[in-house]
Amino acid sequence: MSRWLPRTYLTLVYMLLYVPIMVLVVFSFNESRTGYEWGGFSLRWYEALFNNRAMVQAMWNSLWLALSAATVSTVIGALTALALHRYRFRGKRVLNGMLFVVMMSPEIVLAISLLGLFLLVGLQLGYVSLLLAHVTFCLPFVVITVMARLNGFDEALPEAARDLGASDFIMTRTVLLPVIMPALLAGWLLGFTLSLDDVVVSTFVSGPSYEILPLRIYSMVRVGLKPEVNALGTLLLVFSLVMLMLSQWILLRSKR
Amino acid sequence: MKQTLLSLSDLSKQFDGKTVLDSLDLEILDGEFITLLGPSGCGKTTLLRLMAGFEHPDQGTITLSGQDLTHTPPERRPLNTVFQNYALFPHMSVFDNVAYGLKMEKRPKDEIRQRVNAALAMVQLDDYARRKPHQLSGGQQQRVAIARAVIKRPKMLLLDEPLSALDYKLRRTMQVELKRLQRELGITFVFVTHDQEEALSMSDRVVVLKDGRIQQLGTPREVYERPANLFTAQFVGEANFFAGCVDAVNGDDTITVDVFGLKRTFRKPDFQVFEGQPLHVLLRPEDIRVLAPDDEDGVAGRVVERNYKGSTLDSVIHLDDGTEVLASEFFDEDDPAFDYRLGEPVKVSWVDGWEWLLPQEAAKAEKEALADA
Repeated sequence: MSRWLPRTYLTLVYMLLYVPIMVLVVFSFNESRTGYEWGGFSLRWYEALFNNRAMVQAMWNSLWLALSAATVSTVIGALTALALHRYRFRGKRVLNGMLFVVMMSPEIVLAISLLGLFLLVGLQLGYVSLLLAHVTFCLPFVVITVMARLNGFDEALPEAARDLGASDFIMTRTVLLPVIMPALLAGWLLGFTLSLDDVVVSTFVSGPSYEILPLRIYSMVRVGLKPEVNALGTLLLVFSLVMLMLSQWILLRSKR
Repeated sequence: MKQTLLSLSDLSKQFDGKTVLDSLDLEILDGEFITLLGPSGCGKTTLLRLMAGFEHPDQGTITLSGQDLTHTPPERRPLNTVFQNYALFPHMSVFDNVAYGLKMEKRPKDEIRQRVNAALAMVQLDDYARRKPHQLSGGQQQRVAIARAVIKRPKMLLLDEPLSALDYKLRRTMQVELKRLQRELGITFVFVTHDQEEALSMSDRVVVLKDGRIQQLGTPREVYERPANLFTAQFVGEANFFAGCVDAVNGDDTITVDVFGLKRTFRKPDFQVFEGQPLHVLLRPEDIRVLAPDDEDGVAGRVVERNYKGSTLDSVIHLDDGTEVLASEFFDEDDPAFDYRLGEPVKVSWVDGWEWLLPQEAAKAEKEALADA
């Protein structure tokens, strides 16, 4: 009894987490078109997916957007974190607090205000507006990830490098950046995922010229679930698993 | 006489309005092992950081062999530092850590390899070149930090409490090893510590610091046997202070002092004395002799505490007037009277000539300052 109860509980929790995903993966290989009945193994929905040009285009658009948004926000975020960590300046606390405001405020508020801003300055909605919006909501996460790493950073390391003859610039390149690299990587990955599956902000600031995957899927399922979506979901799952393993591998290597 | 290598003159430093160094002057000689000793907050680490160039003085100058270093950034000073927690670069191998300084000088690869291997051999870590710092023990990391700091053959090595993170036994081994390295390399060592035992056993000279000022500068023996003031006497080693009063000044050589009603004759101290002047008579625990109660010499008291320390037997004795006395005696198994029981009446005396006199007037302020620290 005492052993049986926790085991059942654990099994239930994990089932709750993974059964929907399993269903998705299994049904992506389903021959049958209608509903959820098994009609034999098939790759037809994958074929249909790759023949859907608009869908493939949206996938590339999304990937490119996530890549650029994650990279831009990592660069800006890392510099911000370094400035907040190293220097004492006026308005530092305000700046720090404002990051949390962006992070905590409801996404819909951010979406409306960004749209308002873009319309005000006359920016055409498309890749640029999406990039600016995505960088905005990714930034605080990157800053906080890098700050956490910097707080555990041994202040004597830069001094040791300077002591041994490194200029400030060389010290940053040879000691500071390699040591905070795992945090940069984690921040980048976080930004990448956030950007890849954002719907709310993207709905407001995207235009017809640049369609992205989450919006495309969303519009697809509104008119009924298509098995193609299962195939797409499975591909995304595999992709994120690979990314996760890659990041873990890099982290492990950097520790060694 | 050795030449001056580094001279600090009139150095002052404040942090947020708090004075950490107060117009300090110090000359460090070429090739010496000098220790900065003091309680935490005395300014010893700040002094070291000023020498390394991590901090800049508010006032004063630092010159190395006649060359003004006061505003030179750390990367252009011919001194290197061993940090308290070693500050090894965690993402580099032992080899790359040690090679870092030479790479910064853009030395040829062959020379770097040769010199790094020689430095690792010197600290007996030849086989560990490929390891990462976290795969090494504390003592090994310490050796890497030392090899890294001496690879550029600095004029001077600054060591910031380098042994404080090691356990007692390893600390003793590293003390011996550091002394050996210093002799072999002929580099001036500036060593920061709050451990007075370490300071006494390793240094050629000791600088005792408190509140950003030098309390005493001298050989370990001078600092221990002839402390300049009450602070040094209390900080360096254990000490008994007996209140005394000058009874008579006997010409130029000796004075008679009244201690516990006994008239003892002491060497005349360096400072001015006059009849009726109150004094501190300083006696180290090992100067104290515990005698049988029927002995005609000495002051009566009772044993209240006994601690067996292996080679010595330490006792606390309450004198009849309430004064507490620490005594530390070497074993003498042939002496039947040696082993006193708790509560047993005894008499306390000391070897004439081993006492050290300090003037009374500064006493109160000094004691208060010590209580603050």
